[in-house]
Amino acid sequence: MSVGKSVKRVDAYEKVTGRARYTDDFLDYNPLIAKVLHSTIANGKVLSMDISEAVKIPGVVKIVTCFDVPDIRFPTAGHPWSTDPKHQDVADRKLLNTRVRLYGDDIAAVIAEDEVAAAQALRKIKVEYEEYEPILDVFRAMEPDAPLLHEEFPNNILAHSGYEEGDFEEAIKEEGLLKFEGWYETPIVQHCHIEPVISYAYMEKGRITVVASTQIPHIVRRITAQALGLPWGKVRIIKPYIGGGFGNKQDALYEPLNAYLTTQVGGRCVKLEISREETFVSTRVRHSIKFHITSYVRKDGRFVARYLKSYANQGAYTSHGHAIAAKGGAAFKQLYSAEGAVKADLYSVFTNTPAAGAMRAYGIPQITFAMESHSDDIARALNMDPIEFRRINMMKKGFYDPFSQNENYYDSLNAVIAKGKEYFKWDEKVKAYANQTGPVRKGVGMSIFWYNTAVWPTSLEASTCRMVLNQDGSIQMQMPETEIGQGADTVFSQMAAHTLGIPFENVHIVSTQDTDITPFGTGAYASRQTYIGGMVIKKTAEILKEKILSYARSINRIASADLDIEDGNIINKYSGKVLMSVGELATEALYSMQAAEHITAESTYQCKTNALSMGCCFAEVEVDIPLGKVSVLDIINVHDCGMLINPKLAEAQVHGGVSMSLGFGLSEQLIFDPKTGRPLNNNFLDYKLLTALDHPDIQTDFVEFYEPTSAYGTKALGEPPTVPPAPAIRNAVLNATGVAINEAPLNPHKCFAKFKEAGLI
Amino acid sequence: MEKVLIRFTLNGKKVTSAIDPRWSLADLLRGGEHKHTGTKKSCEVGECGACTVIINDETYNSCIYLAIWADGKSIRTIEGLTGENGELSDIQQAFVDEGAIQCGFCTPGFIMSSLPILESGREYTRDEIRKLLSGNLCRCTGYKNIIDAVEKTMKARLEKKQQL
Repeated sequence: MSVGKSVKRVDAYEKVTGRARYTDDFLDYNPLIAKVLHSTIANGKVLSMDISEAVKIPGVVKIVTCFDVPDIRFPTAGHPWSTDPKHQDVADRKLLNTRVRLYGDDIAAVIAEDEVAAAQALRKIKVEYEEYEPILDVFRAMEPDAPLLHEEFPNNILAHSGYEEGDFEEAIKEEGLLKFEGWYETPIVQHCHIEPVISYAYMEKGRITVVASTQIPHIVRRITAQALGLPWGKVRIIKPYIGGGFGNKQDALYEPLNAYLTTQVGGRCVKLEISREETFVSTRVRHSIKFHITSYVRKDGRFVARYLKSYANQGAYTSHGHAIAAKGGAAFKQLYSAEGAVKADLYSVFTNTPAAGAMRAYGIPQITFAMESHSDDIARALNMDPIEFRRINMMKKGFYDPFSQNENYYDSLNAVIAKGKEYFKWDEKVKAYANQTGPVRKGVGMSIFWYNTAVWPTSLEASTCRMVLNQDGSIQMQMPETEIGQGADTVFSQMAAHTLGIPFENVHIVSTQDTDITPFGTGAYASRQTYIGGMVIKKTAEILKEKILSYARSINRIASADLDIEDGNIINKYSGKVLMSVGELATEALYSMQAAEHITAESTYQCKTNALSMGCCFAEVEVDIPLGKVSVLDIINVHDCGMLINPKLAEAQVHGGVSMSLGFGLSEQLIFDPKTGRPLNNNFLDYKLLTALDHPDIQTDFVEFYEPTSAYGTKALGEPPTVPPAPAIRNAVLNATGVAINEAPLNPHKCFAKFKEAGLI
Repeated sequence: MEKVLIRFTLNGKKVTSAIDPRWSLADLLRGGEHKHTGTKKSCEVGECGACTVIINDETYNSCIYLAIWADGKSIRTIEGLTGENGELSDIQQAFVDEGAIQCGFCTPGFIMSSLPILESGREYTRDEIRKLLSGNLCRCTGYKNIIDAVEKTMKARLEKKQQL
């Protein structure tokens, strides 16, 4: 029984010896090298391009410009394809674009024999532009006289959606209500996976193969074929180990262009590696969102009416688009209830900044920063304990969402809060930090969150698993769901071993996905791997087990219902007697002169549920007021992610997610020159990713409530840890100083100004 | 460009390499004839530490160290840590045991950066270890398990040394 145990990662040896092969580690011969020419204006049009000097550089093989590529617009979002045209992603970019929409748009590509020649050629290409005003702000973008980024979207609004449940105007008429409102804002941040965006492509038998660092091989195959106007079967995607993705690689990035480039040089192998500086700007980022929240509250702290307006900066292209803002809208009405009405207006707006796509937790870190800051502002004004305020209003056991048909089966939020509160000695600290004076003060803050697992019913949720029995009783398992560092391969192996009744070591998972071989599934996103993957593994393992037992019956003349598999042996369920090992059975089956059979199983599972994952964060900070510096002294995330398949890996997921959110709350932001839209800090020196020195050891705890809709009792954990730390820190700073800072990150530039404004400096 | 011949020691073995003088040491190790692809390239400007190797007992970002400067030097890479029969060194085993690996891309760089700490014979505080590892970026782990792995290995080595 390996489920629930902290077995070691199946890929640990390869990774710790440096033998694990990532995309760039496969090239045993010298490929051609491609580099992309990016625009040096943020908004405008390429009028002409002169490549005459560039082609003269020795080693240059081919240059393609935005005037050469197929006239096909394609969508890039890593969503499952929808056969309903109304639900298909927006197709708004070409392989290279003449209409320039961000500083760093892709306008040409050079293929050369080596990197130096490619880089030299880029510098020799002369571009003539027509320039328009760079639009960096969502409110400027929506003004009637702002130039349109995409002609089909008036006022640069990609989408506007909303809801009103209950009658808002009626609800606020109640006498004695207190009104609270505030603006909250989150920055543009980037995923910063340590492996750059990279792929290489070549042709074989008239088909294109792209080896790519992606989270979603089957989806990238579809998008690449769409972008090139090819039948989808003409494209093959191979995904080896990848050095992190965090949602950036849940998008077709440069794979379509790379595929196109190999077709331009007779199918020769072309490598396209995107530098760190390019990755920051020309791949995807997290949506920066401005929120306005209005709440009407009774004196006892109960919400009566709530209204959210949100303006998401979509950047230059649609990518995952409005799905991020929409998910935030769902969190807004589900995390807290209001007795009268809840209302939302959600906008996603194009600007001349990097295209915003999926990033770990998909809009929920942004809305949670706003919502949980707002909660503390109200609690403070009412002189209530912030936890008490939340308890009155937060999602209760038994909550049911008619749209997703999700049910909250447990009192998860109270359970996680109780653990966090106890670890933190909350009441004592709140008391100790009241009435501080002086330049250095301490404070505590907390935040809760909501997250739904996987994407049903908005999109397809299905996966396929293949299991092949070997002669020795071990299996190969192939999954379309991808290992991207989170440990999916390990927990999948644990699940298969558990259901089959074979030792963990006897599950050989195929880590690489190859769309020519790997069964269909959509990949790593939406914290769906253990939930959806678990369902299809259980189903397939049960089929395989039934086949093994059925074969055992034919040898042993015992009804298969009386047999079971335990620790790799076929046993009599009642006597416990070992009849034979699975290996002996498999060898017999494969080589039998009477009834030869290769025992395999493959099945697809379509999931039509979507579990609610919840948790909280408690943070303690020290604020040096004159320096505007916030230091985190202690931090804990407590999660209800259902049952833990591998506690050590689960903890590790939380560590990484909290660290990412600490960056989001304290230091990370991409900034742009307001006049030109030029990125100013697109490198690791100026973009402040936290180092080992910048935060304390992250504490974790779990509440294990068995999720009834899940094959192994699990629900989302991949993304949720990234949600609550930033608002918990913001609230701890409020607790320490009395100053509400509503704009992340809380870096010294912002804190200093706010402390000064508040008269603390 | 015409190749230049250099001689250096790679993981204890004397080697000769024909290099393009424009190559970085990371290019030489990963490409060239060695194919030591355990050394990773990420930022290629010395900001992230993924390409960390040891040159004459000091850690360097091999992406901004010219290959030609390696002439006459002793270079150690992640490949040199694993034994002849595939045995893991103590620090590699600690990374496995402590769950210090996720995507694995920063792992070789972190392990190489930890070697001077472990080989100094000195006991560092946890905060000193943090500082010494702050030149390496990791986006997956939140660093805790990495620091645990280094600290435990350091303590185990010091204890062993005391027993001798």
